[in-house]
Amino acid sequence: MKPASLFDLWVYLAASPLLWLTVTIGTYLIALQLARLSRFNPLVNPVLIAILVVALLLILTHTDYRVYFAGAQFVHFLLGPATVALGVPLYRNRELVRRAALPIAASLLAGAPTAMLSAVWLARWFGAPHDLTLALAPKSVTAGIAMGIASQIGADPTLTAVFVITTGIIGAVAVTPLMNLLKIRDFAARGFAAGLASHGIGTARAFQVNDVAGAFAGLAMALNGLLSALLAPLVAQLLQ
Amino acid sequence: MLPGLFILLACQLVGETIVRALGLPLPGPVLGIILLVSFLAVRQRITGQDSASDATHLGHAADGLLRYLGLLFVPAGVGIVQSFGLVTANGPALIGALVLSTLLTLVVTVAVFRLVARRSKS
Repeated sequence: MKPASLFDLWVYLAASPLLWLTVTIGTYLIALQLARLSRFNPLVNPVLIAILVVALLLILTHTDYRVYFAGAQFVHFLLGPATVALGVPLYRNRELVRRAALPIAASLLAGAPTAMLSAVWLARWFGAPHDLTLALAPKSVTAGIAMGIASQIGADPTLTAVFVITTGIIGAVAVTPLMNLLKIRDFAARGFAAGLASHGIGTARAFQVNDVAGAFAGLAMALNGLLSALLAPLVAQLLQ
Repeated sequence: MLPGLFILLACQLVGETIVRALGLPLPGPVLGIILLVSFLAVRQRITGQDSASDATHLGHAADGLLRYLGLLFVPAGVGIVQSFGLVTANGPALIGALVLSTLLTLVVTVAVFRLVARRSKS
């Protein structure tokens, strides 16, 4: 085989799934390292950093998103089984659910519709167009389920993915100062609110503060995913 | 770990199939979670063993996937390049809505949780 020119090499690599799959994983690992260096400051979110860096690379190399996705789909595919895997921590925490069943059920029923409706109504009130605002509805739900909800209600799942991550960062940054301001010392309640409002990113934050808060946050994330998926058709009707 | 991954995929497959066959307004993996939890509860009742503990195949597979959950959002999130202009043009409205809605959700959830917890204790 004779050596390929730099241009030929790029033509091969740019079209092969191998390049963008490797770039996705590599960028995420570097972003994770940055987060570790910042001692997991919620503002240094590895998911957001990885998304922005990869997006920038696509723009700089004039690579079409569909070409990128042909490689990245192998990672994306695992989102389905990973979402199902949320059932495992849910089952592990079944004693916790039984002990606090009433406050869990009540705050879930109040929080889930608040998260969906308030985001869309506020954005409309601020003048954002319809095709953007509908994608905000599942913004507090963990990304795997949120993107499923987005497709169900006719919104763009890639927009939802970015709104979900932004919401996670906002919740993770705000929860501790807000709860201290409200003088709430019940870590079960604090964690549950963090997980419901800001899913996995809020849950990771809750685990840094307190183990009870973390367990309740993970619980809230899974339960809010289930309830929001069930409520989504109703909410979509309300938002027509 | 492979038997664990198989259980997760099987739950998702059955979930997706039922959702499509019955036309349910629900993402397939969500029904998969319900199937998985039911499977674990039934299995524990019959065999007496907890298949979700971290020492099991399923525990390993689930912990492994959830540990890198963040990575799995990256391909979808990069899709922002397709609507970058639309999002930045409405940046202030979107950020304002996200911040206020997230704060409101935190306050409503924690307030209801505390209220009901206090009531059910007394």
